[in-house]
Amino acid sequence: MKRGLWLLFLLAWLAAPLLGIVPPFWISLANTIGIATVVVLGLVVLTGVGGMTSFGQASLMGFGAYTTALLNTSLHLSPWIALPASIAASVAAALTLGAVTLRLSSQYLALATLAWSVSLFYLAGNLDLTGRYDGIPAIPAVSLFNINLAAPEKFFVVIWVSVALAMLATANLLDSRVGRAMRALRGGAIAAASCGAPPAQAKLLAFLYAAALAGWAGWLYAHLQRAVNPTPFSFAASTEYLLMAVLGGAGHIGGALLGAAIFTLLNDRLQSFLPLLIPTPGNFELVAFGCLMLVLLQTAPEGLWPHLFRPRPQPRPIDETLALPRRNIPPPGTLLLESIALTRRFGGLVAVDALSFSACAGEIVGVIGPNGAGKSTIFNLLTGVDQPSAGQIKFRSEEITGSNAAAIAELGIARSFQHVQLVAGMSVIENVCLGAHLRGHAGPLRALLQLDCAEEAALFAEAMRQLDRVGLRQHADRPAGSLALGQQRIVEIARALCLDPVMLLLDEPAAGLRHNEKEQLATLLRQLRAEGLGVLLVEHDMDFVMQLADRLVVMNFGAKLTEGAPESVGRNPQVIEAYLGTAA
Amino acid sequence: MDASILLILVQDGLVNGAIYALLALSLVLVFTVTRVLFIPQGELVAFAALTYSTLAEGHVPASIFLLAGLGATACLRGLWDARATRNKYGKILFGTLGPPAVVVPLTLWLAPRHPGLAVSALLAVATVAPMAPALYRIAFAPLASASILTLLIAAVSVRFAMVGIGLVIFGPEGTRGIGFSDAFFTVGPLTIPGQAIWIWIVTFALMLALAIFFGRTLIGRALRATAINRLGAQLVGIPAEGAGRLAFTLAGAIGAISGVLVAPLTTIYYDTGFLIGLKGFVAAIAGGLVGYPAAVIAALAVGIVESVSSFWASAYKEVIVFTAVLPVLLVRSLLGPPSEHDE
Repeated sequence: MKRGLWLLFLLAWLAAPLLGIVPPFWISLANTIGIATVVVLGLVVLTGVGGMTSFGQASLMGFGAYTTALLNTSLHLSPWIALPASIAASVAAALTLGAVTLRLSSQYLALATLAWSVSLFYLAGNLDLTGRYDGIPAIPAVSLFNINLAAPEKFFVVIWVSVALAMLATANLLDSRVGRAMRALRGGAIAAASCGAPPAQAKLLAFLYAAALAGWAGWLYAHLQRAVNPTPFSFAASTEYLLMAVLGGAGHIGGALLGAAIFTLLNDRLQSFLPLLIPTPGNFELVAFGCLMLVLLQTAPEGLWPHLFRPRPQPRPIDETLALPRRNIPPPGTLLLESIALTRRFGGLVAVDALSFSACAGEIVGVIGPNGAGKSTIFNLLTGVDQPSAGQIKFRSEEITGSNAAAIAELGIARSFQHVQLVAGMSVIENVCLGAHLRGHAGPLRALLQLDCAEEAALFAEAMRQLDRVGLRQHADRPAGSLALGQQRIVEIARALCLDPVMLLLDEPAAGLRHNEKEQLATLLRQLRAEGLGVLLVEHDMDFVMQLADRLVVMNFGAKLTEGAPESVGRNPQVIEAYLGTAA
Repeated sequence: MDASILLILVQDGLVNGAIYALLALSLVLVFTVTRVLFIPQGELVAFAALTYSTLAEGHVPASIFLLAGLGATACLRGLWDARATRNKYGKILFGTLGPPAVVVPLTLWLAPRHPGLAVSALLAVATVAPMAPALYRIAFAPLASASILTLLIAAVSVRFAMVGIGLVIFGPEGTRGIGFSDAFFTVGPLTIPGQAIWIWIVTFALMLALAIFFGRTLIGRALRATAINRLGAQLVGIPAEGAGRLAFTLAGAIGAISGVLVAPLTTIYYDTGFLIGLKGFVAAIAGGLVGYPAAVIAALAVGIVESVSSFWASAYKEVIVFTAVLPVLLVRSLLGPPSEHDE
């Protein structure tokens, strides 16, 4: 129903210029807006969703434009054959830049794209191949079924069909398995890694997708203008696209269209009115946009879209009969996780000092110790978030020392975090679904074309089951950031359970819970133990841990103080001293 | 290419490299203290160069009105932010309106009297250097808790506004400043112009002064403390905003001095600064945006690469220099630990 309405609206929009009642000036503006929207959609994914910034989107667009220009004029290929080549050229260029910068912190991508767009501008301006600063003229028009689409009002259809497709594809991509991994880049990158979705991969994908859209926009530009030169692909142009994204709302698909439209219309008005107001020559629109951007960043960094439309997460229909295959759980008593003389030094500080212990299937092992004893560091070492300075980690008797977080997740080791790592803007169930990342297989292409529906439904069914199990079913569609902190910790447990783990590492899960919530959590943990999971539990609430744990490992100053059954540990004089100080 | 040409190119490169080194130092200083990647630094260089040339020719540079405008905006911004606490009004007024209150009348009085090169240079620095802390108050201090990327977008926005204004106040024509010295010194196959000696001396003196400032003085150490740990420094009583203003003031002074030094070397246009500043960034990136010695060495290398490539393929000079960022980043990427999360 809603989809039909949108389609009708799109058809009316596409038909309007063909009726001959819209002045050519407005058609030309609308074409500019459409092309800009395609580029800015890429920035929505890159900047708004992925938290990265590129000052090179116009350069990437240039790759697309020059590719089609060369293929058309030199090799006389059809523009339709050149389209995939244009997109591929942009993606290949982005791949080079991404490979070099994406392992570094995000300011390097921004600076690299900045330097690079300057470099490419001069390169295109000096190479004979690209026609130097004059560029390449006489690019043939696009035609479809022998209809020549050279006229702006006809090419308008091509541009706006592209806009609609790009918006749809972006929406599909973000609402998918890989899309959730990208959305986790802001606020939940470590958690995503521990769910088997490496942030580096998600970053690269976001950058390549943005490049693909830029290449597509470049193709549109080349065939609209029928000529290319370096200026529209300069650093200044890239910055304009970034301004559009910030203006419209970098986190929202609709924000791309809004930002592109407002910027283009404003730019046009300013260029015609400012010279009348101020008689001296100058780029006053540059000054105006620079100031506008500063005001925006300081007053409304989230852009106009969320203020105008107040987007809310839509409740998602879930078919709970669907199920995912489960892994075989080893029989209770199987040795799972072993830490052998594990050591972690930070400069002169020894946070974990030659710690050895083990945990088995069907057992809850409590790790306790005063603040700063190194408990959370242990968790980070065991889950590959941090790497040990010395010592070994074994899982089911195989050495896993040095593995990264994603590889460890693949073995079936799931965890929660002391400092909650949820993506505040995603709904609770989407956060939980991130935990099932490794149980799905759909890649970006299937996501773009929405060929992943069956798998998505099964993933969400699993997420809902785990959410039900931890008792937060009724909150499934709320934004994760709106839950109480204690509940957010429980969401993390549901997310960890979605991995279908063999071993569960929980970092202070009971902190911030009320009494009856703690009881529910204890019941759940006992149930998981009965199912044969191994549970490693860091906890400060002694009553909670004493009633649950089969064994306790007591740490102090990074080293193991003692280990044993809860009753014997509770009577140990060393433990009492560490917790309460020496009796005077 | 024989050895003597190479020597000449290296000498040339070391002259420009010295300027890039100064800029790289100021960019690293600003980034470590405030997390701002100060893209408009290049604009300050160009504005100082053009202000110096205009003054040396006996005209009033319009940049003094830009300083007045920035000072007034920063003052309003500061007063607005301080409205709740109602203290420090005097300090804000003095800090923001003080520099233009001195520089504008002095320049208006001195400029038509052909003040000479030394006075012109001093006035140019006094005009342009205070722009940096004013920009900090207007654009960056209100975003102190924003991400590095937001601050970077703000910096690029400032740069755009500055270039637009630059065209209005200096016009589209380029100028070349008068050198401090016409002397030439012959050393073996090399002829070293006096201006080069000036640049090396001033660069060295500035670096020495910075080293003493950071190593020996309490304020310098406070800045270093803020650069290493902003929150920790605040807890022991070093105000982050004050540290930021100081960093920008120093950067502004370094940028302005670099501008005066570079003015006689080449024709400067209102928008030339971008590429000069960006080369400072290329050097700063090589030092990981935090290392001073690495940035200086990289800056000298950038200067040499630039002069050698302008000899071999002058049209591709910028292409070569800016593409050189990629291998540098690749090496950093392979050597450094992966960054899984940004703040």
